[in-house]
Amino acid sequence: MASEPTRLKPVDVAIVGGGWTGLTMARELTTRTPLSVLVLERGSMPTATKYAYGMDEIDYSVRFRMMQNTADETITHRHSSRDVAQPVRQYGSFLPGTGVGGAGEHWAGLAWRFYPDVFTMRSALVEKHGRNGLSPDLAVQDWGITYDDLEPHYWRAEQMMGVGGKAGNLRGTIVAGGNPFEGPRQHEYPLPPLKKSQFAALVHEGAENIGLHPHPSPSALLSEAYKNPDGVARPGCMYCGFCERFGCMIGAKAQPTNTLLPVLQRRRSFQLRTGTWVRRITHKDGRITGVEYADERGRAFFQPATTVVLATFTLNNVRLLHLSKIGAAYDPASAKGALGKNLTHQVHGRTPVFFDKPLNLFIGNGALATRVSDYDGGRVPPGNDGVYRLGALAGLTRGDRPATYFGASIPRDETTSTWGTEWKAAGLKWYDRAAAITFTGEHLSWRQHYMDLDPTYTDKFGDPLLRFTLDWTEHEHRQREIADGIARQIARAIGARLDDTKPSRAPYSVVNYLSTHIQGGAIMGSSPENSVVNRYLQHWELPDLFVVGASTFPQNPSHNPTLTAVALTTWAADAMIDRYFKAPGHLL
Amino acid sequence: MRRREFVIIPIGALGGSLLRSLAEPLDRLVRLDAASDTARVPLRFFTAAEARVVTAACERIFPRDSNGPGAADVGVVVYIDRQLAGPYGRDKNRYTKPPFGISSPEHGYQGADNPRAVYRNGIRQLGALDALPVDEQIAALKAVEKTPFFALLRAHTLEGVFCDPVHGGNANLAGWKLVGFPGPLMDYRAHVDAHFGEAWRPAPKSLEQVTGHRFAPWEDERGE
Repeated sequence: MASEPTRLKPVDVAIVGGGWTGLTMARELTTRTPLSVLVLERGSMPTATKYAYGMDEIDYSVRFRMMQNTADETITHRHSSRDVAQPVRQYGSFLPGTGVGGAGEHWAGLAWRFYPDVFTMRSALVEKHGRNGLSPDLAVQDWGITYDDLEPHYWRAEQMMGVGGKAGNLRGTIVAGGNPFEGPRQHEYPLPPLKKSQFAALVHEGAENIGLHPHPSPSALLSEAYKNPDGVARPGCMYCGFCERFGCMIGAKAQPTNTLLPVLQRRRSFQLRTGTWVRRITHKDGRITGVEYADERGRAFFQPATTVVLATFTLNNVRLLHLSKIGAAYDPASAKGALGKNLTHQVHGRTPVFFDKPLNLFIGNGALATRVSDYDGGRVPPGNDGVYRLGALAGLTRGDRPATYFGASIPRDETTSTWGTEWKAAGLKWYDRAAAITFTGEHLSWRQHYMDLDPTYTDKFGDPLLRFTLDWTEHEHRQREIADGIARQIARAIGARLDDTKPSRAPYSVVNYLSTHIQGGAIMGSSPENSVVNRYLQHWELPDLFVVGASTFPQNPSHNPTLTAVALTTWAADAMIDRYFKAPGHLL
Repeated sequence: MRRREFVIIPIGALGGSLLRSLAEPLDRLVRLDAASDTARVPLRFFTAAEARVVTAACERIFPRDSNGPGAADVGVVVYIDRQLAGPYGRDKNRYTKPPFGISSPEHGYQGADNPRAVYRNGIRQLGALDALPVDEQIAALKAVEKTPFFALLRAHTLEGVFCDPVHGGNANLAGWKLVGFPGPLMDYRAHVDAHFGEAWRPAPKSLEQVTGHRFAPWEDERGE
């Protein structure tokens, strides 16, 4: 740093990042302890009025007005450690949010629990395939916790957000209409599921016709008006079709700013400082001393803190640990070092389906989906040796917006042109009659995929960018092909037209949107050799540092990560409050 | 400062919303000519000659035909002109540090040129496109089909046809009417699980019409 940073008044706990996990941690600590808690958020405070006037496809969905500005900071990507990485000059395959609430403001609201065997995946795979039946490059690990550990925390998160859905497994009893494959829940969802759109209803019917078990997706977009246990009231969703990539105009979508912030703003021990760009976590002799940050004018500050909670998006969590030289960086050649390993994204596929009749696809929301989970997790159909885990299929209606979706789905035997008279006519013909059965697959971690610092490219302060080394392997290609086959069976069962679109076998691309589910890099686990944080999300080397969020996930489950990220945060908060603050030091 | 340039477009393509969304000092500069049924709209970035080339190119991408209006009818060139004049055109939100590598499907556009420069160079390459017969215009565009310029032109044409009219395109909501998109109407609670098998097509409204509030699109924001 250029000049000596200004030293600020110390706080007990500094939380870096004001999204779902950061504000959840702040809520727990300020509610249940007298500690002074400061949240440092580099973006600004969104306003509800801005969302109300933000139903604009161009600014928000096309130009990413709510997303982090890649001019300031981005990542670089290469397919293998032999390649030179290129910067992600503009966002595509994932969309990190900016400002208070982070990506939790623009998320789709799919509020899943993970399957029990997700948390013990290594053990489950070894049991099923034998140690010698697994690829030596497979890097999946157990999490160090179980579904049962997290169940009460899932329930807390579901109540806080007001999740609507239908239980499929209530205390071990399978319930019709829900997901029969889910882990046992102690409670039915706080709210009923969302209404069902026409396309979701069609996919539901098709799946049932071929003997599968479709069920509604759980939604943090309220299915009806709801008041949560903190007394925060929100209205039900109106299905406006401006959902993912947008903040909710009426507050029906659970967002950190409309669930946690109203509680936090009443707490005297809570401070939120926006426009603060944390550049280093500082420590001395094995103890945390605080963080260094720059404000919006570039002035440097040192914020002393006794405990630091790293709660930014996956990318910046891992980058800040690298920049602060905390923990041994992962080396893919020797598989030694834990920081940066087990980078995963999401295996995504889409099978275009075409109908005789219009679908009114402009109606919808981010979570309005029928989901088919029969082949999710380890339930791979027989005859697919070497494919360890698959994923789920869905009929999702988010609300199609025309600048993005016009001409995007035309049967390939009708035209392959992408502009001009013939294309325009085909685009108009199919505009409201084309949809896709989507595949959301588990992305397993592989030894060669990781995050480190780029040797060339830097951010606006001159700090190195985070570098991804990531590509699709044969496993992911086969996941997509198997899923496409099942999707076609569902489509045929409802008389939909199909074309000859094949699942992509192209290398990983940073251009086309997949999901904003980036996991790993600071994973949790059972030992300092195989993980960055312990089962309480406490750093193995620095006991006063906790890392929360999807950066701690050892691999990507098919399900959307938010609910688990929040549940893990209250799980960690319990350990901090019950044990760590009473006797600061290693919890294990 | 250069001399103010204008694009001449059909009055029908202006619509109430386009007139209203023009910045106040520029309002007075829009000249309606009832005799020729055209209007002069002040340009923020393009020269008049460039605007004519872009208009012709966009019309070939999304042409007027028996199915309905084309890019020229709904004011796409005005949309593109404003995008390029705003923060997007100057790469305010793109990572632009060197070294610049090679563009690819996996890493997207890696060039140093911002959208303004991409357009300036691309337009120069097209020459006086607007003076050519339609089939020659199509051939000229086919020749540049694989360039970053054409990728932008195609994407921006669709954006200009289907944007909220506050951005300068989709005049009279003609783009939305074409596909039956109603705009940000907000409340579909009574409709989400109804109308199965039929085209439910409520009359479209722009965001300003729905909210009764004037808002500044991103391209109009100053000091960003």
